[in-house]
Amino acid sequence: MSAPSFSQAVAAHFDQLCALLFENLRSGEDVNVNLAAEETLFLRLNNNRVRQNTDVRQSLLSLRFHGGGRSVEQTLTLSSQPAQDNAAVLAALARCRSEAAVLPPDPFQVLMHNHGSSREEFTGKLLAPEALLQAIVGPAAGCDMVGFYAGGTVIRANRNSKGQNHWFATDNFFFDYSLYDGPKAVKSVYAAAVWDPADWQANLVRSKASLALLQRPVQNILPGAYRTYLAPAAFGDLVGMMGWGALSAASWKQGRSPFKKLTEKERRLSPLLSIDENFSMGLAPRFNDLGEVAPERLPLIEAGALAHLLVSSRSAKEYGLQANGASGGESPRALDVAPGILAASDVLAALGTGLYLSNLHYLNWSDPVSARVTGMTRYACFWVDGGEIVGPINNLRWDESLYDALGPQLLALGSEAEISPETGTYGQRNLGGMRSPGALIEGFNFTL
Amino acid sequence: MTSISHTVPTALQFACTQVPWAAVRYGRECTTHRVVRNDVAQTNDTSIDEGAMCEVLLDGHFGYAATADLSAAGLQAAFSRAIETTRASSARKAHAFAARQRPAFSGSYRSARTRDLDTTGLAEIMDCLLAATAAMKGVDTLVNRMAHAMLVQTQVDYFTSAGAHTAQSFDMVSLNLSATAAQGSESQTRSWSRTGQWGGEVFAREATVQQAQRIAAEALALLGAPNCPSGPMDLVLMPDQMMLQIHESIGHPLELDRILGDERNFAGWSFVKPDDFGRLRYGSELMNISFDPTRLHEFASYAYDDGGNPATKEMLIEGGILKRGLGALESQERSGIPGVANFRAASWNRAPIDRMANINLEPGTASLHELIGQVERGILMHTNRSWSIDDYRNKFQFGCEYAQLIEDGRLGAVVRNPNYRGITVDFWNRLAGVGRDDEVHGTPYCGKGEPNQIIRVGHASPPCLFRGVEVFGGQA
Repeated sequence: MSAPSFSQAVAAHFDQLCALLFENLRSGEDVNVNLAAEETLFLRLNNNRVRQNTDVRQSLLSLRFHGGGRSVEQTLTLSSQPAQDNAAVLAALARCRSEAAVLPPDPFQVLMHNHGSSREEFTGKLLAPEALLQAIVGPAAGCDMVGFYAGGTVIRANRNSKGQNHWFATDNFFFDYSLYDGPKAVKSVYAAAVWDPADWQANLVRSKASLALLQRPVQNILPGAYRTYLAPAAFGDLVGMMGWGALSAASWKQGRSPFKKLTEKERRLSPLLSIDENFSMGLAPRFNDLGEVAPERLPLIEAGALAHLLVSSRSAKEYGLQANGASGGESPRALDVAPGILAASDVLAALGTGLYLSNLHYLNWSDPVSARVTGMTRYACFWVDGGEIVGPINNLRWDESLYDALGPQLLALGSEAEISPETGTYGQRNLGGMRSPGALIEGFNFTL
Repeated sequence: MTSISHTVPTALQFACTQVPWAAVRYGRECTTHRVVRNDVAQTNDTSIDEGAMCEVLLDGHFGYAATADLSAAGLQAAFSRAIETTRASSARKAHAFAARQRPAFSGSYRSARTRDLDTTGLAEIMDCLLAATAAMKGVDTLVNRMAHAMLVQTQVDYFTSAGAHTAQSFDMVSLNLSATAAQGSESQTRSWSRTGQWGGEVFAREATVQQAQRIAAEALALLGAPNCPSGPMDLVLMPDQMMLQIHESIGHPLELDRILGDERNFAGWSFVKPDDFGRLRYGSELMNISFDPTRLHEFASYAYDDGGNPATKEMLIEGGILKRGLGALESQERSGIPGVANFRAASWNRAPIDRMANINLEPGTASLHELIGQVERGILMHTNRSWSIDDYRNKFQFGCEYAQLIEDGRLGAVVRNPNYRGITVDFWNRLAGVGRDDEVHGTPYCGKGEPNQIIRVGHASPPCLFRGVEVFGGQA
């Protein structure tokens, strides 16, 4: 008999710990339990050579306790040693009780229910370290490639004492990389569940072709307003700012939403723009940290008007709204921007004279009330004249209101949307991603 | 002594049958968040994160494997994974290192505090937070009143096969208050924070209530204030904005791993080149910047970095001239540039990289009154609100929460939505006055690295005067 896989071992351990917690609850108490586990190989490359390799195995268990109208949460790292973890979760339960005895009541506590059960498992085929390194760096020989590989099994699970039970496990990887030619660079990501040498080769060939364009003479563009095409990754970054409080119901109610004017119908965006939370893309589990299952598709912006804010059940209770499966932070988990009609082959002609931006960098609200965002251009960004690429630009700072750039100044959306998988690894590998087309915008404002 | 000290020797012995050098970095961090919003206890979360990073040196390459199973068998399994991956990687290593990049020192550190967080009761903390949000209550336009306390207790032990053992413990607190005033479509937020290596003494009720009342009044004042004017003008930055200015335009560009290109796929490169050290005029002669892990109560004070190297105060920029980089022993070996002890990991499950620690602007001689008195037409800004800078750390744009005009050497009207922008070296050469009274600030949320790491950094600075900066306000 072969040893259980990481996923099987974690599942058995999680089930046993949950059973222990549930059987130790007293009358009037409930617990909601989340698990985030992974076994991941991280490889960091600089100049096509290995700078650091790190193998990580970890399981984090979070326990939300309700008792006497109080709410307390405890999170602990599991050792995978049964006796030690049994003692640790019971100690966490005891801490919850002792804190609940001191805390005031939580008037917006969301009572636990059984929101159902689900099980999704996506198996992949990942390469062992030696074969993997050869597969990555071999085709990139001679390139100044800087990159980051993260691959392995990622698990999210949720159970509660009312009987709810969700499990999501996926084997996958991404290789997020940049090719440099002196100070200029192009950016791409290759992500899948099975390493396919032909797909990686094709991805690299596209990046090398973009890099060749950067060898043309550098154009020094002065600050000003320019007709601008944002390629899918760049437009995705701009739209992604909506995840910083703009679509959150709590943020709106607490006076902090950059989309207050949109929510209250003082402003609207372009009728060309429609955005959904779309879990059918399969990038993230539909259940949230309370085990509530979000609709497969939730319209957020419809033809430029706000359709729904993301409403957590806590916000729903506090503000008398209808919850829609949002997580506690009310950030999108699977943004999907509907494509338009501008074909990729027509982009340069439609742009005519202006700026083509492959990527943006370091975005932040600069004036939240007017939904104004600042950021930089980065990677393959070009000056285009008469529908022809003239040459790369020196990077520019921009400062622009979403009400303008995604409003009357939005001229067209690309006909093909591209998926950008989530590559965040703060503390743990994130799941999710978004899908976005490119966008042609008139008078985008560059300031420095 | 932690229980892991019993399993580490066996695990190191196991590893050293296969590699010439090995180490275990054990970490345990207990983090508690308490949030009171509009008089309701909203968040009471505690996490206990504990594990170990097993590290090997094989064929001149350092490699890592992390585990939360701290038994001897668990550590040995992690060492086996580290050895397998490092063996595969070493043929393609970026640089050949040696055990001298992990010097064998032993010692301990305990962060400064008056009262251990262990002995600070939940009731006392909640009383302080509830009193703070109650103190912000007044008019209906104060729509959001928040008090947030983050308490962190960290233990890091580093053991090497060469016999080194460092043990460091830290109590840290971040106490944050914010008040949001909103009316119609306008909204303004004012905040205050106290962050660093502190204990329970931070939860002083009366002092916290005073800050809460101040920021609530200032949020209301902002709501009725005119927009910040636009144009070039003299700018006085208070310490709680100097912190961000130092962090983004000095700290990050001086990181040697960044200059060596490790970060080019994520945070970016640097305008600073290796041959700039000892030559580049980074700023005016008034500019003196230190790396100071010895200053009490700053977030990133420590005795040893996560490679076991003793940490000492070093000057990075003196009289405006760039002298030294923010790079630990590996980066110093790769670049030949003098550095500091800043090899730091965010947690047990991440490998150390070059990080900022405490990066401070050394005080000058002027009082704040004297700085303001030197300004004919200008503006004074408090507290960072918005930040963005390019991947080479040149073109920045920062926004603040609160500002006052300066006319003929005197503080005047409050204005809202203050922002400014500039280019790093040009900006620092506009430094025309450095205050004498510095304040300690910092952030627990500095992001860098692949895999990503969030780390705590400290920045102490006095108020500073800059001449002729491009200032602007919000959208009309």
